[in-house]
Amino acid sequence: MGLSRRGFIQTVGIATSAIATNKSALAEQRPASDADQQYAVLVDTVVCIGCRKCEWACNDQNKLSARSLATYEDKSVFNQQRRPDHDAYTVVNEFSNPAVGTKRFTVKVQCMHCLQPACASACIVGALTKDARGPVVYDPWKCIGCRYCMIACPFQIPAYEYQDAASPEVKKCTFCLDRLNVGQKPACVGICPNEALTFGTRREMIDLARARTRHHPDRYVDHIYGEHEAGGTTWLYLTPTGVTEAGLPSLDEKPVPAVSESIQHGIFKSFVPPLALYALLGLVMRTTRRERHGDSNNASGETNDGAE
Amino acid sequence: MEPNSHSQPIRARFWTRGTAILGALTGVGALLYLYRLVYGLGATTHLDNQYPWGIWIAVDVASGVALAAGGFTTAALADIFHREKYHDIVRPALLTAMLGYTFVVVGLLADLGRYYNVWHPLLPSMWQGSSVLFEVGICVMIYITVLYVEFLPVALERFQGRVRFPKPLRFLDKFVESALEVADANLRRFISLFIIAGVVLSCLHQSSLGTLMVIAKAKMHPIWATPLAPLLFLLSAIAVGFPMVIVESIASARSFRLAPEKTLLSSIARYTPILLAVYLAVRIVDLTLRGAWQFVMEGSVQSWMFAIEILGGVILPLVLLSLTRVRNSISGLFSSALMVVLGVVLNRINVFLIAYRPLYPEKIYFPSWMEIGVTLGLFSGMILVYRWFAMTFPVISVHSEGMMDEGRAGKDIESRQPLPIS
Repeated sequence: MGLSRRGFIQTVGIATSAIATNKSALAEQRPASDADQQYAVLVDTVVCIGCRKCEWACNDQNKLSARSLATYEDKSVFNQQRRPDHDAYTVVNEFSNPAVGTKRFTVKVQCMHCLQPACASACIVGALTKDARGPVVYDPWKCIGCRYCMIACPFQIPAYEYQDAASPEVKKCTFCLDRLNVGQKPACVGICPNEALTFGTRREMIDLARARTRHHPDRYVDHIYGEHEAGGTTWLYLTPTGVTEAGLPSLDEKPVPAVSESIQHGIFKSFVPPLALYALLGLVMRTTRRERHGDSNNASGETNDGAE
Repeated sequence: MEPNSHSQPIRARFWTRGTAILGALTGVGALLYLYRLVYGLGATTHLDNQYPWGIWIAVDVASGVALAAGGFTTAALADIFHREKYHDIVRPALLTAMLGYTFVVVGLLADLGRYYNVWHPLLPSMWQGSSVLFEVGICVMIYITVLYVEFLPVALERFQGRVRFPKPLRFLDKFVESALEVADANLRRFISLFIIAGVVLSCLHQSSLGTLMVIAKAKMHPIWATPLAPLLFLLSAIAVGFPMVIVESIASARSFRLAPEKTLLSSIARYTPILLAVYLAVRIVDLTLRGAWQFVMEGSVQSWMFAIEILGGVILPLVLLSLTRVRNSISGLFSSALMVVLGVVLNRINVFLIAYRPLYPEKIYFPSWMEIGVTLGLFSGMILVYRWFAMTFPVISVHSEGMMDEGRAGKDIESRQPLPIS
């Protein structure tokens, strides 16, 4: 299986360089947007061999409780589904492809670094922010620890240091912002032994993904997960099965914060609705007082109610 | 706030068998609270990465805020719509709101991982206009201040004309007395501004509490996942306001051995079926528009919880309180009002816990005994502090003909002596 997989990986590489020539033509068809230029990673779950070196590199980079590289070769962890937590920002899970009998494939999960992140919209103090280059960044000094980001995230990614009584933090993939700042790829992409993880701009990654599905329609489902889901993410997935069979949440194309933000901005439109309610209640207070007391009662703030 | 001539500090024994039990629960809760601060959320709660919110948010905060709605609903009725006869219940409702919100904040602090950063939303550099939680936080902070300001006249009334410092400081009496007079006169001039502000702030954050889970739509059970959630939260908060006043008023009357204000309470209960009907109608329209009735009928835990919430917490009390016979009996009033109160608590639990379905649950969240202990402790503690306030400040109105136990409590109140400041 390893051999055939390697052969396949080579073809993918060739295909990638082949489309490089008409990539500009593809790009011209769509207006370049801000999102196109954000950093992105394409996760190809068909090419992934489940070596879990990305987990090791991530733990090493983020100084999590990393163990020796050899321990990551233990395939028994695939016996259960794991989730990222405060001590592991990325994990690889194994799934079976029902279309191809018992054939297994592996899916790396981490923060999707959404184009319009729900966590950042929810955060009460702006501790989570969207960096214009792509990463969703966390600032522990602002954080009050309400964990609303964890409620809001449609991918269930942010993890919490529940065991820390003094200064717990929200923990998730950082997109290796420190490495990006010095022109390096994220640690997981850097260590990936084949092209299961590819780093580039979001436009490049979408074009690459499209080329791979076009050249191997037999291996991939013709869908780039993250291109539109939740308003678009910068981590994109190619899968051999439907998204739910790959353990990815099935989401619609609407940016997750859209509804709550429009409600919120509607209620507070230039503060008109609250002030209007204030004025209305003031008016009611004044008129009902007249009705009940006539004009004789001016003991309690007759001149001040209904003020605006 | 109008001067309230009936209201007096209640003379009673603070410790009875009931308050002793509450005291014990408060003590246990305080110890568990301390344990949480020292050992952290992980050691105290059953929260995990899949269930980041538990009963401390659903009950202590969300239900606590809803049940404090009696404060703004009675203030609106008596002070804005000038239904003067209800003035006697404004102060107890105000006290419930003031203490309710105070304990909401205490409960919230237990849940915040970095509770010492709770003031961060006040810093303009951290303002986050798109966050629903930010709005809730700011509104609640301002509203608590407003509630304490609204309570000031009650506190002043307690001391005005009775300032008696211990002997060496006697000369301060006159000075403090005139300061109180000035403060009182100014409060009277501006208090209506605060009363209206309190109602506006309440409408804002009561509704926004409902908006909180809108962003988690993908994880919410469809029965409760609606963009109308803010309206539903506001309507249910308005509907639960008077029932909460009824429950609390009857309970405190019993505890203080006073006759409940039956006429007033059964009169205010007339509004409840109307308010519940409006709430119920919007919920039915909401479920119908979203085509969500199929989920009500699916027989899941969620559909059963919905059935209990609506049948027991809305429809049954709606029917009961429409009946004059029920409204005219203290036990009828109490039990139907309690149904509304518990119905709203169940609604908040449903929205924040039962409807929330994490994507990758390892185990279903059920609160730890320590979480339950802290919640019970907070509610017990609040009742005790309420009792202390009712015995110290002129909050509860007493009609001399209404005394149940003339021999004891009545005499105490009539012989009210100047109370020393010390």
